[in-house]
Amino acid sequence: MPEIIFKDLVKQYGYVTVLEDLDLKVSDGEFLVLLGPSGCGKTTLLNMLAGLVEVTAGEITIGGKDVTDLDPKDRGLAMVFQSYALYPTKTVEGNLKFGLAAQKLPKDEVTKRVNWAADLLQIQPLMKRKPAELSGGQRQRVAIGRALVKNVEVFLFDEPLSNLDAKLRTEMRLEIKKLHNELKKTIVYVTHDQVEAMTMATSIAIMDQGVIQQFGSPDDVYDNPENLFVAKFIGAPPMNIIAATIAKTGDKIFAAHAASGVSMDLSAYEFTSEPADGDKVYVGMRPEHFVIGDDISGKEAAQFELPVLYAEKPGSDGSAYLDSGDEQIAVRVETAMVKVLQQPDARLKIAFPDDRFSVFDASTERRI
Amino acid sequence: MSNIDISQREFKHYPEKKRKIKGSSIITFIFLAMIAVAVMIPLYVIIVTSFKTLDQITLGRIFDLPTTWTFEGWNKAWSEVCSGMTCNGVKAGFFTSIKILIPSIIISVGLASVTGYALALWKIKWAGGFLFVLFICAFVPFQVIMIPLVLITAKLGIYGTFWAVAIVHGVLSMPFLTLIFRNFYKDIPPELISAAMMDSGSFWRIFGEIILPMSGNIIIVVLILVITGVWNDFLIGLTFGGFGAQPMTVILANTVITGTGAVRYNVDMAAALLTAIPPLLVYFGLGKFFVQGISAGAIKG
Ligand SMILES: Nc1ncnc2c1ncn2[C@@H]1O[C@H](COP(=O)(O)OP(=O)(O)O)[C@@H](O)[C@H]1O
Ligand SMILES: [Mg+2]
Repeated sequence: MPEIIFKDLVKQYGYVTVLEDLDLKVSDGEFLVLLGPSGCGKTTLLNMLAGLVEVTAGEITIGGKDVTDLDPKDRGLAMVFQSYALYPTKTVEGNLKFGLAAQKLPKDEVTKRVNWAADLLQIQPLMKRKPAELSGGQRQRVAIGRALVKNVEVFLFDEPLSNLDAKLRTEMRLEIKKLHNELKKTIVYVTHDQVEAMTMATSIAIMDQGVIQQFGSPDDVYDNPENLFVAKFIGAPPMNIIAATIAKTGDKIFAAHAASGVSMDLSAYEFTSEPADGDKVYVGMRPEHFVIGDDISGKEAAQFELPVLYAEKPGSDGSAYLDSGDEQIAVRVETAMVKVLQQPDARLKIAFPDDRFSVFDASTERRI
Repeated sequence: MSNIDISQREFKHYPEKKRKIKGSSIITFIFLAMIAVAVMIPLYVIIVTSFKTLDQITLGRIFDLPTTWTFEGWNKAWSEVCSGMTCNGVKAGFFTSIKILIPSIIISVGLASVTGYALALWKIKWAGGFLFVLFICAFVPFQVIMIPLVLITAKLGIYGTFWAVAIVHGVLSMPFLTLIFRNFYKDIPPELISAAMMDSGSFWRIFGEIILPMSGNIIIVVLILVITGVWNDFLIGLTFGGFGAQPMTVILANTVITGTGAVRYNVDMAAALLTAIPPLLVYFGLGKFFVQGISAGAIKG
């Protein structure tokens, strides 16, 4: 069973270095999501794994075998493309069959596999249609079917849901996750959508500018972001980041936020390297970790009372955005509170528990 | 699913919007009409003359309709007029032209589509340089390389046969046609090719099963270019066909230019029309696709 290893991988286009010294290991059966903003090199990395883009330097192994210079068809992979890339002149059935073009299989085995995939994805009634006669969701299914028939151990997905509308996206997300649970294949899945990443992945590699910023489980990257980029990228609304200055008194460590005049008690925070007095830091607080109004016990590490800029109710939760003096602070609130907070001149008392902070060095932007 | 059935809706008629003809379009219209007249008048003369008797032609009055319509001119043109020593009409030339046309099409379209496909969609060393050379080749005038080509075909032992004419046509049109195919294939979405690389990876299988079926439009464009080009060609046919493989245009020229005795205008006109008809038929048959093919890029997924 395969384990994918990227070793010191470099990709350059002319004088532009897209990926630099990238190392990554995908364990067998894992659902790895490569997450990052547009243009950070996710597709390039996936295409290098697939053999569609040449490797400038470094090595890719699948199941211990060096595949760096192998033809795409010989790598034992199947891929689902962002644009679906269905063959326009072939029927759905023809598309599925062509998925097996490189494997020299007997006719009845081809039929068996095609039928199996069609049943699994419920595209049996569409078999005689051309891609132009299908809806977006149906095309997506066919594209997945064309990958499934290959019966390989590793599946690659490049932003497969980005062309679908919101409802279908949620549906297909669950379906792909279900396929992973049923088939137990290794999946490498590229997306710029953090919701997809958080809901589907068993592990996430967050990329920016061709560098993997953090690799870990969804909970890990959410709760313990390695650096400022990850902290800001994961979560909606994202983590609140405020600039503060370290102030030590006795055995206590505080971070003072100048704009609001609030001192946050970081004594309970587990520093990996303890900052010195006067160091500049960024303090990160997730919107849903705030304690609000009457729930405040007084034992929290920091208390703010801030004017409300605006409040909204996009779904089952409400959000309030407060003015901390410099940065705006997003706080999750009960939907019932939104009406109250929308009053002019509303203020909100919030507090933050001592075990939920993330602290970053201001110059390296790394977690400390 | 919504339960409104579109076909059940009442159909409401909206008045058609009237388009006004603007000043600028009137000028365009007049200009086009003048061009049409400039083409139509000689064409009219040719057609009516071809149906006249020689007696009527000698009266002059070229715009008159035939007093008696006769196919005599057409018959003579098809099977009796003389070209040099032989008197078999333009018929012989017609079949020679067909014999030249078919291999020309196969050679030029075959070579150009595969080369264009390789250049556009496969990673090929020196592809840029090769394209540049093709580009240069496409614009080298035929007259410049005529003599070397004669020597080459003579060496190959095909000079004076329809093969020589066909191969020269095929080879000469290949650079330009390759550029056409290459530009068309460049527009195929790269992910489609990536998918095919992963599914099959075979150069010929991808070409045959995926690319060629998508090439309908462009093949028709190229077919029209090749058919009219080869059929209307005079110089290559004259140079490489020798006496053994004279295409229709060469026969036509011989009969018109070297006729002895009284000039039989009706026969000449009929011969000219007979020679011009095949490409016209191609235009009428495929013209619609031609426009589509030029304007449409590769099929979108
Ligand atoms: N063929 C190419 N030539 C030059 N630069 C490229 C090419 N393909 C991608 N790039 C560059 O590489 C970077 C990463 O691209 P890509 O992997 O497509 O990003 P992502 O999939 O994360 O949006 C981008 O800056 C892009 O401009
Ligand atoms: Mg991409």
